Amino acid sequence: MSRTAALLASSMRLPLPEARWLVIGAAVALAAWLALAPLGFLLWQSLFTPETATAPGEFTFDNYRTAYWSAETLRLLGNSAAFAAGSASLAFVVGTFFAWINERTDTPFKSAFFALSLVPLIIPAILFTVSWILLASPKIGIVNVAVQALFATDFVVADIYSMGGMIFVDGLHQSPLAFLMMTAAFRSMDPSLEEAALMCGAAAWQIALRMTLKLAWPAAAGVFLILFLRAIESFEVPALLGLPVGIEVYTSSIYQAVQTYPSDIGLASSYAAALLVIASLCVYAQSRTAVAAEKFSTVTGKGFRPRTMRIGRWRYVTALAFALYLAIVVVLPFLVLLWCSLQRFYVAPSVAALKDLTFDAYRAVFAYPVFANAVWNSLVLSAASATIVALTTAVLAWIVVRTRLPGRWLIDDLAMLPLMFPGLVLGLAIMVCYLNIGIGVYGTLWIMLIAYVTRFMPYGMRYNSTSMLALHKELEESATMSGASWSMTFWRVVLPLLKPGLIACWLYVVIVSIRELSSSILLYSPGSEVVSIMIWEYWQNGQYVELSALGVMLIASLLGLVLLERFASRQFGVASPGV
Amino acid sequence: MLIVKSLCTEYPGDRGEAVRAARDVSFAVPDGKLFTLLGPSGCGKTTTLRSIAGLEVPKSGEISLHGKVVFSSAAGVSVAPNRRNFGMVFQSYAIWPHMTVYQNAAFPLQVRRDRPDRKKIADRVMRVLSAVALDDVAERAATKLSGGQQQRLALARALVMEPQLLLLDEPLSNLDAKLRERMRFELKRIQRELALTTVYVTHDQNEALALSHEIAVMREGRIVQIGSPREIYERPCSRFVADFIGTTNFIDARVIEENGDDRCRVATPVGALDVRCLDRMHRNEAAIVSVRPEDVELSEQAPEAGGADAVRAGVVDAKAFLGEHLDFQVRIGDLVLLARAHPSLRTPVGEKIFVRLRAEKCIALRAASAGP
Repeated sequence: MSRTAALLASSMRLPLPEARWLVIGAAVALAAWLALAPLGFLLWQSLFTPETATAPGEFTFDNYRTAYWSAETLRLLGNSAAFAAGSASLAFVVGTFFAWINERTDTPFKSAFFALSLVPLIIPAILFTVSWILLASPKIGIVNVAVQALFATDFVVADIYSMGGMIFVDGLHQSPLAFLMMTAAFRSMDPSLEEAALMCGAAAWQIALRMTLKLAWPAAAGVFLILFLRAIESFEVPALLGLPVGIEVYTSSIYQAVQTYPSDIGLASSYAAALLVIASLCVYAQSRTAVAAEKFSTVTGKGFRPRTMRIGRWRYVTALAFALYLAIVVVLPFLVLLWCSLQRFYVAPSVAALKDLTFDAYRAVFAYPVFANAVWNSLVLSAASATIVALTTAVLAWIVVRTRLPGRWLIDDLAMLPLMFPGLVLGLAIMVCYLNIGIGVYGTLWIMLIAYVTRFMPYGMRYNSTSMLALHKELEESATMSGASWSMTFWRVVLPLLKPGLIACWLYVVIVSIRELSSSILLYSPGSEVVSIMIWEYWQNGQYVELSALGVMLIASLLGLVLLERFASRQFGVASPGV
Repeated sequence: MLIVKSLCTEYPGDRGEAVRAARDVSFAVPDGKLFTLLGPSGCGKTTTLRSIAGLEVPKSGEISLHGKVVFSSAAGVSVAPNRRNFGMVFQSYAIWPHMTVYQNAAFPLQVRRDRPDRKKIADRVMRVLSAVALDDVAERAATKLSGGQQQRLALARALVMEPQLLLLDEPLSNLDAKLRERMRFELKRIQRELALTTVYVTHDQNEALALSHEIAVMREGRIVQIGSPREIYERPCSRFVADFIGTTNFIDARVIEENGDDRCRVATPVGALDVRCLDRMHRNEAAIVSVRPEDVELSEQAPEAGGADAVRAGVVDAKAFLGEHLDFQVRIGDLVLLARAHPSLRTPVGEKIFVRLRAEKCIALRAASAGP
């Protein structure tokens, strides 16, 4: 045989059969296209004037000039920064406080609190926002109505349509995520470090300040950055609470630019470019803190028993605080939606209104012409995107974790890239991309499928990489030594062993797909509505009772799915990346 | 006969640089013999084994079994690992947790190109399972097995394919000490009965000494000595081998006289000693004398110094009672020797004691080739 053939043979780790390259090639090509094409088109679009029937798009910097060279610029940037910083701080403080209570003190009913605090993660942002409008809007908000009735004034106690209101609602909505992540941070800290301080004679508060907080610091910085990023990306809260009173942030400005007639996609794209820059800075900084946090987390899981502090009578106070928190983030919003859904038209709760309880709203939802189609679309889209994401990322994770292919880290980065796209930006980018590529997906379910697969690919990658790392590579090698080919090994050993992780991943993507609104809102058209879009339309039409009825049903079904996902995750010990 | 010829294997390190794990490794294993690759972690023994398996593709060299080449860089041959029909037991056992004991053992037969029929597979699987005493738990989930049972299942899975070559990668290292000892005999019995050509990798010298027909001691990717267990132990060729296999005392020395074939006289801090030297050594050459602790003979009364044996008086510095034997640290001048004695010797710490070193048991090694 020739020398080149010998070189070729030796440069490959294993002699590779055909099937393997086909599967790997397809998965990599898919990831590359999904991650890179929309980004390219978005940047390209931001440099052109809007194309009209009479004039083609022309190259211009005007979009950037309008976006960044006006008085608006500073206001927009200021609003976005204030909103994101405020929301992230609120979520962080609340989440950290309750995580500390739950992990490090002997507060009663801790496990019940922990389970319940995960419930708000399920409630879609749009429903959470709507419920707070029903609670605290100046005109119809229950809080205001109640206070005004009680003291016979027309004083407005709480105005949700304000920067403060936006921060309050978004911060609260994100606080369970902060709670979950800080709980993980506290758990990954070696308790023996604190015990050593205890044996040195330190008091409880000294330990909390000088050990627990210091050790949790790198993780906490990472958590704050994630919260900041999510607040910057948040669309529902600024759109519902900010736009009516003219408080604009980047996401709502993008939406405005697309929705005005004629829509200014170039301008929206240049706003989106800024958002992308901010998001990538956050992701970069977060990855740096993750490296720092790694050094501090020394727990191997062996012989680990969380140590709790006795805080005496204070534990009743902390338990009460926890209960109050749960009332505010779970019970109140859900009850107000439930109440609203049982009315003919929205009225604040009263004894008189109790007599008028009716299921009419639910009937109306079922009778709504779009309903059946929207539910069907949601189901098909979520199932399809979950299946594609789970299987594709299984192959990608295999390449990254198992092979020594040069450049395999690039695959990892590609698959994680969509994490940087705020949902609205991704929707915009995909819209631009497929408006320009005439393969006929624009305006169909397909484009939404593409958006969902792109958006949730990073989550699939995380799930599958985790499970893949937990699989000893000798499990595969022993199959090879037994005489099995690559496809046989993948099919009979790798996939079955990944199954619990795959199922958890699948269910997770189904859940987030059903809730998805910010990408869909720019991509749907008549006939391709999904359930979250239907809620949005109800809101636009002012149909609050129907919205509530649909919301109650949606929350109930999401809750069922989440329980299923937790169960599947536990089966394999796969850490859920957080709902 | 397995023949490995000037095998070199590299793999990319953390920073993308090439790590040379196996360098110019050559050896031959006659049919039916058990050959052990022994060395500290990172010496390239596992890489060598995985190269034979085909899980690593070597950079150069040639590997052939029964005259059939499975890898040759010169001829551009590299048979896929799943086509080599080599049985392998992994360090982690790699028992598939989603299958039963039976399914694990049947897998190699089910994925074969010339797949036997159901009945035949069942026959062969049950035969091999009963050979490792797992036939009564065949239907059990593989995860329900104990460590020792998993180890036997891994062995059964490697044996069921009736391999031409058996590869064992530290198969006993995950067992506790008692079980390890028992499995060592079990493994030896099965290997001897089936007369399977076997390559065994371990860092445990006791395992290597107990099991092997032949041992290759490896260091930094190279084989430093090949020999039978007795040769390796009694006649180590370098300080590294002497130090790695068993425990030993090293005494700095200088050759003062050559006495025929394999004897010489050396000057040491404890005076002149008659020793054995395996390489030919020259006058004035720096040397290191290795004496095993069990060859440092202790007595409370002065023994008669017969012939070439050296007798020195020392003081007991410290001692440790280990049940089967007693370890003494004996100080002679500035030198401290470790001696292993029968527990009946009860000399207290600080007392005088006599040491006898037999010329036969003192091995002089060349200091230059001895390494650090």
